[in-house]
Amino acid sequence: MKRFAAYEWIRTAVTIAIALALGYLVLVFTVDDPNEAFKWFLWGPISRVRRMVELINYTVPLIFTGLAVSIVFQAEIFNIGAEGQLFMGAVGATFAALYFPQIPVLHVVLVAAFAMLVGGAWAGIPAYMKAKWNASELVSSLMMNYVAFFLGLYFVNYHMRDLKAGYLVSYKFPETAWLPRLLRRYNLHAGILIAVAFVFVVWFFLYRTRYGYEIRMMGFNKNFARFSGIKVRNVVLYAQIVSGMVAGLAGAVELMGLYKRFVWQVSPGYGFDGIIVSLLARNNPLLVLPAAFLVGYLRTGAYIMSRMTGIAPEIVTTLQAVIILLITAEAFLEFLKRRKIIKEAMKTEGGENP
Amino acid sequence: MALAVEMQNIVKVYPNGVVANKGVDFRVEGGEIHALVGENGAGKTTLMKILFGMEQPTAGRIRIFEKDVRIHSPHDAIALGIGMVHQHFMLVPSLTVAENVILGIEPRRGLGIDREAAVRMVEETSKKFGLPVPANEKVMDLPVGIKQRVEIIKALIRGAKILILDEPTAVLTPQETEELFEALKNLTKKGVTIIFISHKLKEVKAISQRLTILRDGKSMGTFVTDEISEEEISKRMVGREVELVIERSQAKPGKVVLQVENLGYVRDDGVRVLNDVSFSLRSGEILGVAGVEGNGQRELVEILTGLRDGATGSVKLNGEEILGLDAYGIRRRSVSHIPEDRVEFGVALKASIWENLVSDRYWRQPFGNAVRIFPKTMRNFTKRAIEEFGIKADGPDTPVMMLSGGNMQKVVVAREFSSQAKLLIADQPTRGIDVGSTEFVRKKLIEARDEGLAILLVSADLQEILQLSDRIVVMYKGEIVGYFPQNVGLTEEELGYYMLGVKRHEPSRLKESMLS
Repeated sequence: MKRFAAYEWIRTAVTIAIALALGYLVLVFTVDDPNEAFKWFLWGPISRVRRMVELINYTVPLIFTGLAVSIVFQAEIFNIGAEGQLFMGAVGATFAALYFPQIPVLHVVLVAAFAMLVGGAWAGIPAYMKAKWNASELVSSLMMNYVAFFLGLYFVNYHMRDLKAGYLVSYKFPETAWLPRLLRRYNLHAGILIAVAFVFVVWFFLYRTRYGYEIRMMGFNKNFARFSGIKVRNVVLYAQIVSGMVAGLAGAVELMGLYKRFVWQVSPGYGFDGIIVSLLARNNPLLVLPAAFLVGYLRTGAYIMSRMTGIAPEIVTTLQAVIILLITAEAFLEFLKRRKIIKEAMKTEGGENP
Repeated sequence: MALAVEMQNIVKVYPNGVVANKGVDFRVEGGEIHALVGENGAGKTTLMKILFGMEQPTAGRIRIFEKDVRIHSPHDAIALGIGMVHQHFMLVPSLTVAENVILGIEPRRGLGIDREAAVRMVEETSKKFGLPVPANEKVMDLPVGIKQRVEIIKALIRGAKILILDEPTAVLTPQETEELFEALKNLTKKGVTIIFISHKLKEVKAISQRLTILRDGKSMGTFVTDEISEEEISKRMVGREVELVIERSQAKPGKVVLQVENLGYVRDDGVRVLNDVSFSLRSGEILGVAGVEGNGQRELVEILTGLRDGATGSVKLNGEEILGLDAYGIRRRSVSHIPEDRVEFGVALKASIWENLVSDRYWRQPFGNAVRIFPKTMRNFTKRAIEEFGIKADGPDTPVMMLSGGNMQKVVVAREFSSQAKLLIADQPTRGIDVGSTEFVRKKLIEARDEGLAILLVSADLQEILQLSDRIVVMYKGEIVGYFPQNVGLTEEELGYYMLGVKRHEPSRLKESMLS
């Protein structure tokens, strides 16, 4: 049925075009020179090497959270706690970076591993509540995001805060807990390599391991999974824990690569953007890569536009809303597909009966 | 009389690409009983859903009482005088008959419902058409045959002049079927036109004046029932001569595989659905469980396969107690299961055929190990299965959603027969599939029995039970009420009496089902 894959591409492309057109319309109504602003928005991220690096760095956490979300979404589990898992992962990473032995290379690995552990454990809480008491993971994971945020801030601000810095941040990480830079002149860190590697790791996990198989079959039909002898309750648990580990890693990579200390006093929003990335990618890990780039591009473009013209970057939030609406609206452009299906079906019928 | 229904060149393509109707012409005269026959999947139900406004045709023209109409919804259909009685009843079990019938057209008194008027309305209609129903009783307390009558009254009271009955006899015992036919003949005398969907030729011959045959989404012609033989009908339905007899040699039972003792189960709502059920099953034999649906068979199967817990008693598999194990535990003890509802339990529609075929064995060699799965091995295995089981598909990667009902069932059957099980629990293994596939599945069951598999066959289809079983038990209201140690000289009618609870074997004879 590859013929109909084209339909999905068309749908995505039309969706993005509509979103951009709408963005332009908003600019027309709010700005004196909409063309200038829109130009920065569209071409800003690729106008300078420095901005391209900004784009890539921005995309890295989105790849991780997009992957994390795609794992649970493939199981038809609506755990939207990637935001909190990432945040707790980052707090865990800060702890590990500051207090674990400063052995080169190994330190980075330990920080990453610890962040994954914390992220996985954090995701495990709503997962356990779902498996044990059938508590809606949608609600509990969302609530856990707030718990993560304030709990994380407490740890950082009261136990790891750098009093000598003029603002609320943690102590600076020792250099053994920094990700290597890929370019001398620009701050392009190795996070993108790890992220791309994880695209394949998650793909392998979902499509080549028995755990991934169980996750996908449960997502397709829970009754079928149970009927076949798959322990559905276990799948509910580990799908969310593995997802939380990937989200937690995002926090560690972001801090070790970009900031070298804990810097957030507002939740960064990567977890929620990860949901959009996963939706755009139809929960397919291989498509998460371009989807994350697209969302990253919109975000970066908005920031650049904001810096160059003073327009609030929040306009992108509007565009994202339009994208989500149209992508999730099953019936959008459905007539294209239907017309095609009818044509195909009639053609094969004609062939069968000369 | 004038034409009641005229459907011209009806084409229906479903969103998943299945073409259910390929230019069907269908004409029904007023006041006749017109049978619509064809195999499962031939497009009968789709055609009727279009007539009743539940589906929109891709192309074609519909005329009702010689007027062009467009039917956008069942609402439109009812306004045009069309009523439909579905295979699965659309009744609220906790309401009374009268309440069910007037739902949506309630006679009012002030702000409330005029219950007396409602009962009166129901009784009037019931009398006029000769369909007695207890207006004040709750629907859940009624036997299936009466429920069906309530459905018919529901349609008539809304002014139906054309009544569509979708496989009305599928849920009835032979005795109830007789009564239904009597009632239908009465209705036509009152000027009601009846469209009777069926694939049971005997019934079609008994009840209809004319019939239209559908095959593969196309009409094979309309005939006067008395002028066409059963053989001729079935030939046109299937497109070839069907071998209706299945060769079954004497069973050679081995040792006891399954031993069920005093199995009891009380549902969440307090209803006891299984009571003191005991039987045994040996390798190399087929034990048929007959009964009208809803007499505890579903619960029995779900308990035996680990999908339902909370039962009392004992279930031993090769001597090991398995009651209380979940499906995971039971599957790993070499039990396979063809479920009653293939779409709900048997397959993952959006997954490919190969992913569906390995769902019970992805964890073991050669399909996988403790961590990995091996899609290449799985695909190759699937290619062989597609060939062996005659599954019509492009290849192993085709999503199961794209297959017809019969082919979907073959996917389920292919998986459950290739799992090297010791016990197979087959629950309605041929429900809703075409004659060719049915024949295939039944032959496979016999074949597997001869190779030493122990098979528990649960079926509401008496023909199937009689054709395949070596021994038969009959279930009624959660109990085993009949036991036939040999399937010789039994008739559907005889089994029907036990299914209705009219006849019942002595406890001492029922105990024998444990021993043999």
